[in-house]
Amino acid sequence: MWDHEIRAMASTHAIIAASVFMATVLPAVFVPGFSVYGTHLLWLYSASGAVTVVSVAVFWLLGITPPAKKHTLGYKLSRLLRSCLYFFLSCLFFHAVVVLYGAPLIEYALETFSLAVLLTSLTTLRCLCVLGPNVQAWIRVFSRHGAMSVWDTCLQITVACTVVGAWVGAFPIPLDWDRPWQVWPVSCSLGAMIGFLTGLVAAPAWIHYHRKQLTYKCK
Amino acid sequence: MKGLPVLSLLLWVCAVYFVGIYLFVGGFLLVRLEVNRTSTCGDVLQPGEEPGDFCRARPRFRRAVLLIIDALKIDFARFDPNNTAPRPYENKLPVLEETVSFRPSHSRLYPFRADPPTTTMQRIKGFTTGSLPTFVDVGNNFASSAILEDNLIHQFGQVGKRVVFMGDDTWENLFPKRFHRSLPFPSFNVKDLHTVDNGILQHLYTTMVGDDWDVLVAHFLGVDHCGHRFGPDHPAMADKLTQMDGVIRSVMDRLQNDTLLVVMGDHGMTDTGDHGGESQKETDAAIFLYSPSPLFPAPPSQSEPDVVPQTDLVPTLALLLGVPIPYSNVGQVLLPLFPSHGQTKDVVGGLSQLEALWINAKQVIRSVRSCLAPLVNARLHIFMFSNCVYLTSSHVTFLFLKVNRFLETYSGMAKDIPPESLSQLKDEFSRLSSEYLTTVREGRSPSPQLAASLQAYLTSVRDTCRATWARFNPLKMAAGLAILAFACLMCFILSELSLALIRENGSGLKVPVLVALTAGVCVAAGQLLTQGYVELAWCLAAAALSSELLFLWRASQSRTNAVAKNESKSPKCTSWLTPRHLLVPPLLVPILRCASLLSDSYVIAEGRAVTFLVFSLALYIPIHLNWDGLLLPPIHDPLKAAGLLPSAALPPSTVRKESSTLLACLGLLVGSLYLSLSFHGCREEQGSCQPSPFLSPLSRLQDTQLKNLHYILSVCSLGLWTYLLRRCLRHYGNLNSSSGTVFTARWILPLLSVCLGLHWAVSSTPEDSFRNLAELISLAQLALPRVAFFLLGLGLLLIWLDPLTVFVKTRAAATTRGPSLPPPRYRASTGISPQAELHHLIPQIYQRMRRSLEDGEPSGGGEVDNRPAVEAYGLGTVYSAPLLLFCGLLGIGLLLLHPEGMALSFLLLLLEMGALLHIHASSTTLSGLHGTYTGGFYVPWTPVVLWSLAATQFFHATGHLPTFPSIQWGAAFVGFPDGHTGTLLPASLVTLNTFASHILFAVGCPLLLFWPLVCEIRGSRGGRGCGEEGEDAVMEMRLRENPQQFSSALLQLSTRYLFILGAQVFASVCAAAILRRHLMVWKVFAPKLMFEASGFVVSSVSLLIGVTLVLRVDVAVGRWFKRLIPDASR
Repeated sequence: MWDHEIRAMASTHAIIAASVFMATVLPAVFVPGFSVYGTHLLWLYSASGAVTVVSVAVFWLLGITPPAKKHTLGYKLSRLLRSCLYFFLSCLFFHAVVVLYGAPLIEYALETFSLAVLLTSLTTLRCLCVLGPNVQAWIRVFSRHGAMSVWDTCLQITVACTVVGAWVGAFPIPLDWDRPWQVWPVSCSLGAMIGFLTGLVAAPAWIHYHRKQLTYKCK
Repeated sequence: MKGLPVLSLLLWVCAVYFVGIYLFVGGFLLVRLEVNRTSTCGDVLQPGEEPGDFCRARPRFRRAVLLIIDALKIDFARFDPNNTAPRPYENKLPVLEETVSFRPSHSRLYPFRADPPTTTMQRIKGFTTGSLPTFVDVGNNFASSAILEDNLIHQFGQVGKRVVFMGDDTWENLFPKRFHRSLPFPSFNVKDLHTVDNGILQHLYTTMVGDDWDVLVAHFLGVDHCGHRFGPDHPAMADKLTQMDGVIRSVMDRLQNDTLLVVMGDHGMTDTGDHGGESQKETDAAIFLYSPSPLFPAPPSQSEPDVVPQTDLVPTLALLLGVPIPYSNVGQVLLPLFPSHGQTKDVVGGLSQLEALWINAKQVIRSVRSCLAPLVNARLHIFMFSNCVYLTSSHVTFLFLKVNRFLETYSGMAKDIPPESLSQLKDEFSRLSSEYLTTVREGRSPSPQLAASLQAYLTSVRDTCRATWARFNPLKMAAGLAILAFACLMCFILSELSLALIRENGSGLKVPVLVALTAGVCVAAGQLLTQGYVELAWCLAAAALSSELLFLWRASQSRTNAVAKNESKSPKCTSWLTPRHLLVPPLLVPILRCASLLSDSYVIAEGRAVTFLVFSLALYIPIHLNWDGLLLPPIHDPLKAAGLLPSAALPPSTVRKESSTLLACLGLLVGSLYLSLSFHGCREEQGSCQPSPFLSPLSRLQDTQLKNLHYILSVCSLGLWTYLLRRCLRHYGNLNSSSGTVFTARWILPLLSVCLGLHWAVSSTPEDSFRNLAELISLAQLALPRVAFFLLGLGLLLIWLDPLTVFVKTRAAATTRGPSLPPPRYRASTGISPQAELHHLIPQIYQRMRRSLEDGEPSGGGEVDNRPAVEAYGLGTVYSAPLLLFCGLLGIGLLLLHPEGMALSFLLLLLEMGALLHIHASSTTLSGLHGTYTGGFYVPWTPVVLWSLAATQFFHATGHLPTFPSIQWGAAFVGFPDGHTGTLLPASLVTLNTFASHILFAVGCPLLLFWPLVCEIRGSRGGRGCGEEGEDAVMEMRLRENPQQFSSALLQLSTRYLFILGAQVFASVCAAAILRRHLMVWKVFAPKLMFEASGFVVSSVSLLIGVTLVLRVDVAVGRWFKRLIPDASR
């Protein structure tokens, strides 16, 4: 069952993971003094940019994005605009959540927002690609019986892994080890990225091993 | 409902916990034993001479003046001429610097390092006995008890010196009847800056001019009180220090040639003016020595000590004044005061450095031979060894002798040093000491090799001692740990088996208690036979452990029985401890919380860590609901088969309403969580941390506008607190009857808050502004809090005596008899719309009554036809209303003990409580718990965990920290501005202040059980599970219907709460036990353990109070029904 989809998913994830890897390695070649800790924001934006571009391209090429109801240019444009708006709103949402979790409000505002951008490009962007700009559908997906395709299940797993990774990433901040990766927001963004990569690996594997049990309602 | 089994089970669990805590703390923190030996004149031997009478020799100084300026920090005493814009505490004592620079051979100024704890009583003990008072003594600071150890004052008296004392009355308590003349002044009114100082100044100069004294001790308190009240950075501090400058000048003018002047601080202060801890700001005081005759033989040189330890004052003063050094002294003489070898002839009647050192050493070494030497706390050694670091080589000798003495005496007392390393060290010591003595006899100065080998010896001693000397009692600690671990397990099993236990009517308790008693008595008898005395701790341990083990054994037995009986249920029962179950967030969060107690960084950042966890768990609730598809109404898709999902239990409109309530409350919760972060205090370990501005009392603020703003904010939040409480009670129709509780809610609650507002206004008025009203203000400062205490007591008593808030209206009256209560007045008084009124009526109350009284009074069932005869208002919230009011009143009472700004934080506490309750209620409704489990009232883990974490969160958000310096001692003086005579009252006031949030959350814990029922009305749930269709909302009367389930649910809730608290205590106990050699153990883990343990004790007592109140209400409801039946039948 769904062998084709799983294979497509695995290759998609491989491409995305490769793009993250390239986003880490390429600036190190071209930008002098680049390091993940030292010039963290640069890494963060290059990684999130790479993930954004690659996911959008791959999902568009694969045709996973739900087909538009109308084929007029205006409708497509408005969809695109709404997607951009949701992307930005989601950045603000993550920023607010992170601040409520205890991040400094004014100090490090740029760093906090960058973390929010990273989280958005790892989670919300995928929702946008898979489900389109439809918040109702997003909420529906994150319930036990809400997944309607393999891609939905995959979305659940990657998003959960990313968020949990970012959450766990906050744990080492209070420790007195004085390591460069304990600086805000390095540990959280690294946690989110590691969680995301784990999700990329885990999702096809999990679906592969549970393919017998998975049943989806048709749309 | 069976109250007694619930209460007795809870009491038993608490008792077991307490025994565990007691045992562990008893093995972990040791109380110092004081030695009642004293030095005598004959003890002091001159080197190389025959024994002579030391005291008859002429001392260097005949008289001494000791000016103790409490909290004279070294920063206050220094003078920097280049500082053009000094802060209020800088450059205010120019006299010290002038004297030191103009008369260098007459005076010196040193930093004077106190040993923690830096509280005044411990410091006085320290610099009179020369020993190191401990940590555990801190609690005695309120009623200082007399010093029994050998001390300077005693030695002065022995030699016949007349000691005149004036100032802080702590001295009078420490040395009762030891002074020739004593003029004590009350010390504990921190707000009073002048009484003590002016009292001293009235007598100081006249006494000095007279000839009726040899040693004069004057202890000024103004600087310390000024720090406590205003902080160091305040103009009042400048005035005070300038006054002290004048005092020192006048005293110096009146000194005679044979008199020594010592000006010293007993401790320093932090930037907020507090003290008690071990930060350098608190420990570094100043000492200034001066005499009109040349005091220092050599000019200031490189060999001057950078810092003088406080204990060094004792031997120095003793030798300068010619008295024996007190027996338990660990200090060493201040060398610059004594001429070095060869200069002796210049100073008549003085002692040379080496002689002084020798006498000091002799005093210290004397007790090597005696096995009854001082038994000293483990910590003392740790402090001592940390002092070794900055000792120069010439000092090494003395430490060496001292250390050897400790080693010997210690090995005599506690057999925990390995004998072979001990004998090795002894040999080394005898070799070095003979070498040293020959050096001294031959008059040579000690060679560098000798000093080096002494140092090496010291290092090896230190290493040996570090490894073995932390004198814990591992057996007691292990027993305490085991008891606590089993208690936690027991609590968990109790919460799972609550229904079964209630069913068997508490008989499950009798056997364990009996066994416990037998075991305790057996152990006592055994001890009496073998040792001849009884150690209570072990009897308690045996009792607790045996009863626990018996209970656990029986539980496992009953479980295997159940498994054998019911095979289908077995997987559910046994699979509880698999990782899969432990990793669900409601249990993962407490596990994380417990794990965080094992790391000092997380303990330091505890406030934020707990907030983080609460926030995470709160976010988990809607996510989990959404995962189960319960947050949103199911989409009515015609294609979707209706059988896939269980048929919608709730109509979509209800779901939408409940979800929006849940999300709104979540928003409120998150908001209050975030805002509560701004009320945190700061630990000294947190470097760049600013304590919350709301923490300092209003009287400290200098900006009038800011002061007014803070005051208005506080009063507004107080008003909002009162309004919200009344609003809630009124909404559920609880303000209609004329019972005591309603009276409390209507009158006492507002009156109490008015009282509190006035009290804040009075206490924050600056002293100087209303001179002519001073008397009135001081009267108000005394009377207002006392009135508030009285009102609080009255209110709580009334709630206890008459907890029912039910207003009964007989329907018969409305139809037949006219003159009952006229409806309009009633409506006006409650403000309930007729529609809401319908909800509050319990029309078929009579049937319900009958059912609930079936077992109690079967004869009452005669009047079945007499249908809806009675309407009762507020019956639906009959349990929660008194509890809520109780919490609210208690909250205002506790707020009284806090600084004014904390009113905001308390308001957040109330809001968060409400938000938590509503979230719990909504999620219960949404997940249809009552629908699925027939008639069960069980509270799931998530809200209980949130509730207990919120208690810790608000412990921090009310400005408290688990450290001793951060205890808000000011609470002891609310309503008692003149201090106390006993210890009990101030101690309980401070406890109430410290654990305010623990108390509030623990008392309010049963609300978690009631709130889903209270909120039932909004959902108008069909009550399918209860099997009765189309009935009106009965709210908390459901509990009355199922008394057995009510009691089991109450028991379960309480044991769950206790389990979570107990697990935290267990974790911090583990931290203290495992990390007992950790660098931070006395700074972080031990205080955390003490706070966690006392928090647990306070919480469990408050929880018992809350549960008892619920049971009391239940009894009252039962009586009320009984009374109603004859009424209705008439």
